[in-house]
This record gives sequence, C-alpha cells and structure tokens, in this order.
Amino acid sequence: MVLHWKRTLVLGILSAVSLSATVAAGELNLPRQKVELVAPPYVHAHEQATTQGPKILEFRLFAEEKEIVIDDQGTKLRAMTFNGSIPAPLMVVHEGDYVEVTLVNPASNSMPHNVDFHSATGASGGGDLTLIAPGEQVRLRWKATRTGVFVYHCIPGGPMVPWHIAAGMSGAVMVLPRDGLKDGAGKPLTYDRVYYLGEQDFYVPRDQKGKFKSYPTHVEAFADTMDLMHKLIPTHVVFNGAVGALTGKHAMPAKVGETVLIIHSQADRDSRPHLVGGHGDYVWETGKFANPPQIDQETWFIRGGSAGAALYKFLQPGIVAYVNHNMIEAFELGATAHFRVEGTWNEDLMSQVRAPGPVQKSNLE
Amino acid sequence: MRAPTIRQRATQPARVLLLLLAASAAASRLWSAQAPTPLPDLVALPPGTFAYRAAGEVLRDGRPVAAPMRMERIEHPLLIMRQQVTGAEYQRCVRDRACADVEDAAAPNIPVVKVSWRDATAYAAWLSRTTGLGFRLPTDQEWAYAAGSRFEDDALPAGADLTDPGRRAVARYDQGAERVAGLLKAPQPSGAFGSNEHGLLDMAGNVWEWTDSCFVRTHLDTEGQVLSDVVNCGVRLVEGRHRTFVPEFIRDARAGGCSAGTPPSNLGFRLVRAAGP
Repeated sequence: MVLHWKRTLVLGILSAVSLSATVAAGELNLPRQKVELVAPPYVHAHEQATTQGPKILEFRLFAEEKEIVIDDQGTKLRAMTFNGSIPAPLMVVHEGDYVEVTLVNPASNSMPHNVDFHSATGASGGGDLTLIAPGEQVRLRWKATRTGVFVYHCIPGGPMVPWHIAAGMSGAVMVLPRDGLKDGAGKPLTYDRVYYLGEQDFYVPRDQKGKFKSYPTHVEAFADTMDLMHKLIPTHVVFNGAVGALTGKHAMPAKVGETVLIIHSQADRDSRPHLVGGHGDYVWETGKFANPPQIDQETWFIRGGSAGAALYKFLQPGIVAYVNHNMIEAFELGATAHFRVEGTWNEDLMSQVRAPGPVQKSNLE
Repeated sequence: MRAPTIRQRATQPARVLLLLLAASAAASRLWSAQAPTPLPDLVALPPGTFAYRAAGEVLRDGRPVAAPMRMERIEHPLLIMRQQVTGAEYQRCVRDRACADVEDAAAPNIPVVKVSWRDATAYAAWLSRTTGLGFRLPTDQEWAYAAGSRFEDDALPAGADLTDPGRRAVARYDQGAERVAGLLKAPQPSGAFGSNEHGLLDMAGNVWEWTDSCFVRTHLDTEGQVLSDVVNCGVRLVEGRHRTFVPEFIRDARAGGCSAGTPPSNLGFRLVRAAGP
C-alpha cells in the first residue's frame, strides 16, 4: 500500500515536472530583445557587464549560396554563407540568456542547410532540429550556459558537412559573463573596440594549365572540390572571406591607448595568430571565459573547430598586421589582416638609434 | 604633385631619326639568319628637362625626408615602346629559347606579366640581337620623362610626420590604399588605360613596369650635401600606379616585395632605345 502510494507520488511529481518543463519550453517568462546582426569584422552593439536580467535574444540567420571572388586575381568560388558573409556574423549574448534563432533557407538555394551551435547543448548543437530544405524556415532556442566564444557552422550530414564548411558556412557566438570579462585575479577587463576575425580555408581546383577553375553551379563544383579537400592543403587561407579583405581601405581602425578584443574563429583548421609588433595582453586561447586568460602572449593557438579571444591595448601607431603565423599561409595564401593604428610613437619602447647607412670601417674589423 | 610637361615638342629631327632607324633595322634584317622579328612601335621624345624626384630613401641629418625635387635632363632623344611588351611578343623570345616561359606568356594583345627583371632583361637582349638594334629597360628618369602627366609623385602629403615611424607607416599605407582602390587587378588589353600626351599607352596603368634603376639610400647632411649613397641592384625600381622596389628575381610581387604599402599586382615592362650620336 505504501509502495503504491509512493509510486503514485513519484509518478505524479515526474509528470508535473515534465509538464512544467513543457510549459517552460513554450513560454519562458523573460523579456525579449531583437538583435540586428552586423557584417564582420564589426560586431553588433552590446553591453559588456550587464545589470539586466536574462533575456531571450532573437536573431535571424538566412542561408545564402552565392558565387564570390576570393582574391585579387579574380578567382571565383561557389560559396555557401549565413547572411551573405564569410564568416557569418558574430552573435553576442550573456550567460543565462536564451538565443532564439530563426533560420531561413530561401527557395533560391539548391540545398538543405542547418546550424550547429558549439555553445548549445543537445541535438548536434541544434543541427538535428534545424535541417531545412530550400523554401523552409525553422526556429530554434538554446540556453547560453557557458561563457566564451564558440563556433557555429552548417552540418547537413555526410560529405556535405566538410563541403559546406569549406564553402564558408561558419560564424561565431560570444557568451559574456554577466559581470564582464575578468583576469585571473578577478580584476575586471573591458574593451574599447571588438573585432571578429573569422579565418577560412578554401580549396579551389585548378585546370591542366594550373589556372583556378570556376563552376556554373554548386553541384558541379562538388566532385573536384572534394578531391582537392582530401589532400588537406588549402589554396587560400583568408580572413573575412577573401585575400586582403581586411587590408588597404578595409584595414581595421584603432588608436594608441585603446584596448581591442580580437575574436578569432576557425571552423575546421588550426591557426596560430600573432600581432606583428604587438602581443596578446590577455588571451583566452581556448576561448572560454571561466578560465583565467594567459598573459603577455607572443603567438597563440586557435584549434580547428573552435574560437579564441585576445585583448590587446595598442601602444604604438602604425600598421599592425594580424597574421596566422605560418608565414607561407600569411603571405602566400592570404591569412593576413591589418590594424591601422593612429597615435604618437613611444620612443622609450623602441627607437632607431642610428638610421641605416654604409658599414663603418671600424665595424669591418 | 605631378611633374610638369616637357617644354619642347617632337620636331622634324625626331621624324628623320625614326626613318633612319627604320632603314637600319631593315638592313640588319637582311643580314640576320633568323626569322625577322617585327620592330616594336616606338615613340620618339626629344631631349628635354623636367622636374624629377629620385626614388629610394633619403635621410637628412639621419632623419627620413622626401627626396628633393630637382631638374633632370634627358640628353638624347628617347625612343620608347608605345605599349607594354605583350604576351605574343614575349612568346617569340620563349620560342627562340632565349626567354623563360612564364605563366600566361601567350596572351596575344595583353601585356606579359609575371616576369622578373631578369626575364625583362633577357627579352631586351634577345630583341637587340634579333633586330640588330640596342634595346634595354628604361631608367627611372627615362620612364618618368615619358610618363609626363601620368607620373605619380610618391612624396608623402605635405605635413605628414616623417619622423614618427608609426605615423609615417600609416601615411605611406593610406597613399598606397588610395591608389589601388577599385583597380582591375587582371591585366587588360593593351591601350585599355588610354594614352598620355606623348601618345604612350597604359603609362602608370594596366601593369607595373620594371626599370633598370636600383634601390638607393642616400644620406644628406644638414645643408643637403650628399654624404653617402648605398646602392643595391639586387632590388630594382618598379613603376606604375605608384613606385615600389622589388627584388630582381621576383615574378609575382602580390605578396609584397621590398615595398611599403600595396604591392603591384602584375609585373610587366616596356623597353627603350637610347638613340644618340
């Protein structure tokens, strides 16, 4: 009799819990905020430390298959993107927020697409619950339970997975601690600017004469591209979707004395970023803010399939390159971005004591 | 700031000179055992004086300064190719086994690109041999004279802080970024960038052009007198939308050479014949 009573109680509690879970899943009693995403390397406006409570942040992603030019020789690629850019835009939320993403696959596309958020838990990061055909849309909500920067990418299944990623379909999310970033001692760290640098490896097949090939459709590009991908050597490694995309007139502005947060993601392939003439003051190499950052870094490591973050206060004016410090990849394959830093030179930190001139006789002995 | 146009115009002596050259070329072809090489289309510029700022680095009292503008004299009539050497022309040299085969060497009416200073010099030697006439790369002064109003002065804007290394780098970078913004990066058919006042096609347009001039770093004293000149001919001056120095063996400078700012996207060339007494 007691057993039966307890079982009924347990069952009753369980069903009440699952019912309430179902209710909570349908109707979170939280404020909502719609966020307009911004093209990388820029990031939408957001608070660092926040006094607001948890919210539901609404984002819109759309899949776009398009042909793009990826270098200054006019090399074309059948790309796949979220929101038209490579990388896809950075989304910023706080720990405890809910991220509600409407994913749209317009009828003009030729293939199904979905999204796996590395910051989310369950169903392949949402991939299993978001696979949609051209002409469909879906809405997914996930809870931001862990702080840090995380990759998101398309994951349609089978060989489509590496192909869609190699075609450009990845971005990143930043989940900030509610009280902002901190160093290892708990001292608050703030940034004046934030840039999101998504690094992308491309694999463009060549014809018999060695010239890069272009294809009339994505489907026709697939076989050649996969053959080349199997060799694991990219033809291009770039920031922001093309060689030189973040250089010249598109170099990223900064000023001496400003602290910049640099978020770097690579969905597939390792990278080792370095600020030429600079450092990583505070680096979350694995990108997770619950871990104390490493300090005074020379070159750090972005594991393929992850995002990392670095804080640097610029100390000298000039053109500061941010490179994947395999210099073959940086100079020959395109993995270079530029910061254009205004300010005044600090003679104490560095001084050309004597300008180049002929070798002095005394130095020849 | 642009160099002023030359003071004199092409005259009767220049036309006579052209006729004499054509005659001697025809004569040398009669004696040549090789298949005749067509004479390139040349434009004759009379001797003259013009304002010129030397390339390279100049330091005054140990500090970087813009090279002074000075009057430069071209002593002899200058005969320069009307257009950049094309793929078809270069291919003749390749077939004669006197030039290295480079990427896209066969494009008929498009300037040959991905050629190094060595390749350009080898072509000049072959052209000289097969036509019986002396051809070579222009010096920077000759190129600047021929470019006329198309010449892009590369002094930093007045007021640019040259002593602050960071600001100097940003000023140089901005100048380079401005100049190449919106440019078509692939080489275009000869003449696509129009002609200058001397009838020369694609000057400071289409592709960058090798000159024979070497990298120089000059030290001046406070009065502007030359203290020392260090010359490095392992690096040669390339002219075009802007000047830049590139190591002489480089065929593809896209990744950057010895230059600051935006590197040239395509390396090509045209040749001169310095006719003289």
